[in-house]
Amino acid sequence: MPFGNSHNQVKMRFSSDEEFPDLLAHNNHMAKVLTPDMYARLRNKETSSGFTLDDVIQTGVDNPGHPFIMTVGCVAGDEETYEVFKDLLDPVIEDRHGGYKPTDKHKTDLNPENLQGGDDLDSNYVLSSRVRTGRSIRGFCLPPHCSRGERRAIEQLSIQALDSLEGDLKGKYYALKNMTEEEQQQLIDDHFLFDKPVSPLLLASGMARDWPDGRGIWHNDNKTFLVWVNEEDHLRVISMQKGGNMREVFTRFCTGLTKIEELFKERGHEFMWNEHLGYVLTCPSNLGTGLRAGVHVKLPNLSKHEKFGEVLKRLRLQKRGTGGVDTAAVGGVFDISNADRLGFSEVELVQMVVDGVNLLVSMEKCLEAGEGIDDLMPEQK
Amino acid sequence: MASSFSRILSSRRNVGILSVVGGSVTAAFLLNREHVSAGVPVRRIYPASAEYPDLRKHNNCMASNLTPAIYAKLCDKATPNGFTLDQAIQTGVDNPGHPFIKTVGMVAGDEESYEVFADLLDPVIKERHNGYDPSTMKHPTDLDASKIHSGQFDERYVLSSRVRTGRSIRGLSLPPACSRAERREVERVVIDALSGLKGDLTGRYYSLTQMTDKEQQQLIDDHFLFDKPVSPLLTCAGMARDWPDARGIWHNNEKTFLIWVNEEDHTRVISMEKGGNMKRVFERFCRGLKEVERLIQERGWEFMWNERLGYILTCPSNLGTGLRAGVHVKLPLLSKDPRFSKILDNLRLQKRGTGGVDTAAVGGVFDISNLDRLGQSEVQLVQTVIDGVNYLVECEKKLEKGQDIKVPPPLKQFK
Repeated sequence: MPFGNSHNQVKMRFSSDEEFPDLLAHNNHMAKVLTPDMYARLRNKETSSGFTLDDVIQTGVDNPGHPFIMTVGCVAGDEETYEVFKDLLDPVIEDRHGGYKPTDKHKTDLNPENLQGGDDLDSNYVLSSRVRTGRSIRGFCLPPHCSRGERRAIEQLSIQALDSLEGDLKGKYYALKNMTEEEQQQLIDDHFLFDKPVSPLLLASGMARDWPDGRGIWHNDNKTFLVWVNEEDHLRVISMQKGGNMREVFTRFCTGLTKIEELFKERGHEFMWNEHLGYVLTCPSNLGTGLRAGVHVKLPNLSKHEKFGEVLKRLRLQKRGTGGVDTAAVGGVFDISNADRLGFSEVELVQMVVDGVNLLVSMEKCLEAGEGIDDLMPEQK
Repeated sequence: MASSFSRILSSRRNVGILSVVGGSVTAAFLLNREHVSAGVPVRRIYPASAEYPDLRKHNNCMASNLTPAIYAKLCDKATPNGFTLDQAIQTGVDNPGHPFIKTVGMVAGDEESYEVFADLLDPVIKERHNGYDPSTMKHPTDLDASKIHSGQFDERYVLSSRVRTGRSIRGLSLPPACSRAERREVERVVIDALSGLKGDLTGRYYSLTQMTDKEQQQLIDDHFLFDKPVSPLLTCAGMARDWPDARGIWHNNEKTFLIWVNEEDHTRVISMEKGGNMKRVFERFCRGLKEVERLIQERGWEFMWNERLGYILTCPSNLGTGLRAGVHVKLPLLSKDPRFSKILDNLRLQKRGTGGVDTAAVGGVFDISNLDRLGQSEVQLVQTVIDGVNYLVECEKKLEKGQDIKVPPPLKQFK
């Protein structure tokens, strides 16, 4: 449990075996990596804010997972978690991020000039384009562990920084607990409003405590740049628009993020980042870039093709329904996005999406014309 | 009442509560809260005012009684197990409540919570238990079933009878705070003791982690199986952590005595049977409870209990007796009478649907049980239910014959 620091020492009167969780029915990254020996070595440790091993793994103990979907099963309570519990988190990260080693370096590249093309994804097929990531403010605990005071301080800092944005980024903040019925309805209609998490994966880690205190949504007047405050991370930053101009979406994304980072630095704060893990976020699955660049794209023929899965795999892309993770596709429209987060830069990942989606659309057109797609099969990226 | 004065309160954790041998001098020792030492103070970077929860939309007992001053005084304290005020109130912060139902909004993480956080828990207890003041009053415990009279209901109306309570094992943290090892220790202590039950109480334990599909189906058919809590009131308090580790159900072969292990409390003890023999249900309840207590004491353990709060359980609403004695009873005419609620109120009874709390009544069949938990003994509460249900059945019979019924005068709160 967050905030009971002496509790961890009291547990020491029981042996490590007596405390070790029962993970026999479990299928998540944490359960695959955690051994009784590792538990024994790490269980008396805590970060300087008091986050413990049991805090890290609680969500993975409470959510055995699914035979087909491999969840992460652990979270960070602060930046230090990734150091203090590296014996557990390094192998989890390696497993989750395609073999990323503890000695590997992650490249950050938020220069949209480095992207080739991407401004003309066929809008007969590509309905919308979106890029999202997260950012954490250094020196504060993360959502599983932060106190109300900290969460409110994060909110205040974020509002101050975002209120200083100008031009097409100028916008307004809507605190969840103060919004009017009318504002709420508008945000729902715009598909901006986020709800209290219901997923047990998130609830079990303590991220929904004190809801809706300290939570809110900021968006620019043009409704193309959106920031969620204190949901699953300190900040989730989203750039989106209808149509296939991913280049414009990514450019606004980079400009906005860079500007926000500047504004935080002016106020004496920086984002959690290091050379090995890139941007540090609550869930180990979002380390590195934390970036998911995706489109909603019509692929009614290709999605029924037996090689669809294989194509996506080779392109390093993943499919979701248009409601987001764990939803089904409706009307042959899929959410296609990058599968990776860590070990590739932002530009590299968006490039993969741009190139990959262009190829998927070509394949769709072939199948429409009654042609095969074997000639177009890509190499494994 | 001699037994309640001679309990030896030798806690394995040595919280400093003295043994009681009776008399007003020792009662004063019990009421002195300074004997409970708090744990290591909590690290905090922000002042109490920056941490104070926003309770403006809240309607629960915790929100009604917490003030910035109380929060400031208690926010840096922890029990010897490290349980903090923020943990105690988290469920009430996360669940604003309902305009019509006033929930409690806080839990205890261990026995010491009731001492360390008394500045908040005492007024919450007083509000929830209709004026019972833990700082000045004493709670009577009485499990002598022979004192019950008229405990056989008219079975044309009363379909089933049931009595439940909870018990906590002294020295181990409660479900919101316990570690996995502590929870497993509770399970071990309890099932070890239950294996010593004999005669009509002989039974067996079904661990939630190990039960077969067949056993699970049987337990569902018997209406015995409990599920992982889904109510946010419970999940926000941390009671569902590590599910289903160390949870299980024990019942006797006759399926009339049942114990839940590590659900919302260390143990929930239930005696039940079809029909209207409440006296027998309560007799078995008392006998079973006393036998289980004897068996754990043989092994060096005891239940959490003290003179001001009775049996200590996770939720302040279940202090005292923790007892809910109830029947499923057919009252199709009476339930439609506009005086029904008032009659129940005055008899200190509450109605629920036959699915339990928050369900609706089906076919005019209601679950009728005692409202009170603290300030009256088990015998007193069960007698209240017996007298009350007899009265309700008499009313139903009168209405059947076209006769008029009377609203009884209100019963006194604390006897």
